[in-house]
Amino acid sequence: MSNRFAQETLDTVKNLEKYDAGFVTDIEMEKAPKGLNEDIIRFISAKKKEPEWLLEERLKAYKHWQDMPEPNWAKLKIDPIDYNDAYYYAAPKRDEDKPETLDDVDPKILETYEKLGIPLKEQEILAGVKTRKVAVDAVFDSVSVATTFREELKKAGVVFCSISEAVQEYPDMVKKYLGSVVPMTDNKHACLNAAVFTDGTFVYIPKGVRCPMELSTYFRINEANTGQFERTLIIADEGSYVSYLEGCTAPMRDENQLHAAVVELIALDDAEIKYSTVQNWYPGDENGKGGIYNFVTKRGICKGKNSKISWTQVETGSAITWKYPSCILAGENSVGEFYSVAITNNYQQADTGTKMIHLGKNTKSRIIAKGISAGKSDSTYRGLVRISPKAVGARNYTQCDSLLIGDQCGAHTVPYIENKNMSAVVEHEATTSKISEDQLFYCQQRGISEEDAVALIVNGFCREVMQHLPMEFAVEAQKLVGISLEGSVG
Amino acid sequence: MLKIKNLHVEIDGKEILKGLTLEVPKGEVHAIMGPNGSGKSTLSYVVAGRDGYEVTKGSIEFMGKDITEMDPDERAALGLFLGFQYPVEIPGVTTTNFLKTAINAQRKARGEDDISPVDFLKLQKAKTEQLGIVPDMLKRGVNVGFSGGEKKRNEVLQLSMLDPKFAILDETDSGLDIDALKTVAEGVNAMRGSEKSFLVITHYQRLLDYIKPDVVHVLAHGKIQKTGGPELAHELEEKGYEEYINAA
Repeated sequence: MSNRFAQETLDTVKNLEKYDAGFVTDIEMEKAPKGLNEDIIRFISAKKKEPEWLLEERLKAYKHWQDMPEPNWAKLKIDPIDYNDAYYYAAPKRDEDKPETLDDVDPKILETYEKLGIPLKEQEILAGVKTRKVAVDAVFDSVSVATTFREELKKAGVVFCSISEAVQEYPDMVKKYLGSVVPMTDNKHACLNAAVFTDGTFVYIPKGVRCPMELSTYFRINEANTGQFERTLIIADEGSYVSYLEGCTAPMRDENQLHAAVVELIALDDAEIKYSTVQNWYPGDENGKGGIYNFVTKRGICKGKNSKISWTQVETGSAITWKYPSCILAGENSVGEFYSVAITNNYQQADTGTKMIHLGKNTKSRIIAKGISAGKSDSTYRGLVRISPKAVGARNYTQCDSLLIGDQCGAHTVPYIENKNMSAVVEHEATTSKISEDQLFYCQQRGISEEDAVALIVNGFCREVMQHLPMEFAVEAQKLVGISLEGSVG
Repeated sequence: MLKIKNLHVEIDGKEILKGLTLEVPKGEVHAIMGPNGSGKSTLSYVVAGRDGYEVTKGSIEFMGKDITEMDPDERAALGLFLGFQYPVEIPGVTTTNFLKTAINAQRKARGEDDISPVDFLKLQKAKTEQLGIVPDMLKRGVNVGFSGGEKKRNEVLQLSMLDPKFAILDETDSGLDIDALKTVAEGVNAMRGSEKSFLVITHYQRLLDYIKPDVVHVLAHGKIQKTGGPELAHELEEKGYEEYINAA
């Protein structure tokens, strides 16, 4: 039985064509009234039965948000967003009591995830010859609808649940860490999230525990005119290890929809967090109509000595991507890594990169960013490497490569380096290239069609990044590369 | 197997091939020799279907089908192979991955199933050993950082793994030392048989000492000027191309 689902998952990935995730699930929803105001925030907080302190935080954030300017330093053209023309809470209707088991989840939702190739049954995933388990938290519009393998994870001491549940069950940890890495005043999008976040994932790995399986969250926007504002908090206690993946899709619609998430990672002494993203939000059509605005703040702190945080992202979707997964390297000998592939086609825009903030002694960071632009799209790598006066012996290596397809797209590299310590070593390399006619003809002569040749060449270009993805996602990511570049040549 | 009739080809409005006619029957090895600029590489590209080479007159027939308008990958799936004079680098794509992708693309075009991973590895192992290719080369990006000799060996590896019905070898001897030349020639000779044909394009007679042709053609000024047996190659080696260069 389990293998059947695994095979279906693999087949779904194999058969992905065009934007396969663009369907809508017809399901009865419960929504807050349209618009953004204090009442809406109280509504969300009441829905979640939140403690008073959290509501106050939300209201405080909302006040800040009203005065904050939109970040305008990115190389992006963004039409003004009417924040009052959206729903800030939309959840599938159900009995007031949260379903206790997976059997209680609406079959339509299960079907949706199955169609997307995301198993919400507790079965093993068959990837190549290796069989292993992946736990999934499924976030559908504003709420988490199911979380798998919780019991098994509990046995190892690992907490894997929705952030709403964590607020109820682990209030001390949430209170201590929520907003500790990304303060509400960080930027306007993060501030909005602090005010209206509706759900997300909470992970705690206890001391010395190596998480026994991959953890993942699958974000799905379904409802029209809604935004998705999820909050992820991952805490890796001393000497622990976790690999976490997230995926995202949305239906094809003519309107733009806002996704403003905040992710905070905390790694204590000797802990390691590996965070991977395959972002496949609806990118809009070939004329640039519709698509998701993906304005996300992701940041991790290597708080403890010898800790490590590694971000890997494959960004193929979204009309506009504004995203800089970053590392604060506070602990001595801590390591931050950022591996990124950003693909833009048609009228997509991406301004993405990372920040590596070296505070501790002998901290190391490594940045490998690959940008692929096709059609009339525009892609920018923007990165900051900051070495503070106390970061003796800090090291950074940065490599940014851009690949252009066609002659109407743009690729830009904007590295900022601030070094206040003479013992630090900072390296930056950048290249820009095009897929040559020679390469295409060579592949075609061997029998590979032009579109497959482009996918092959681009996957080769991204290989250094792709090999950092967990195997389950690497297959999907490689397919996505081909799909997102369809129609970019010939 | 290959029939080219009165072929006229232009690049950027300039006529390079001016009424070339050539027939290579099944099981034969033909050599094309000619001075620089005579249209040798143009001939190989146009038969393989490269963009930018406009056929203004004439036709190319392969295995009884008119392929003049076909895409390069369709021609490849029919069993046509071109060994490149300057093999192209594809960074990040391992030779193994490239070969597997190519083999499966051709199989798919012919309506066959993918090759099983085990069969593929067996085939690859046998062919690399036969050609004296170090396994490390297979893990590197296609032709990236390869020496001239390695690149040509890689071409012959692809040739023997894709197992086409007809192969054009475009100046495969250029940039090769004598040992590499022998290995490459052995690889080609091992494939010769009653079902396969080759068109060996070369400037020098040297390669033809190792790959013995059945027929030799002289190409100059965009046309076949003379056709003969293997002895024609030796004659050219002695006298040079002068009489053909001055003919126009």
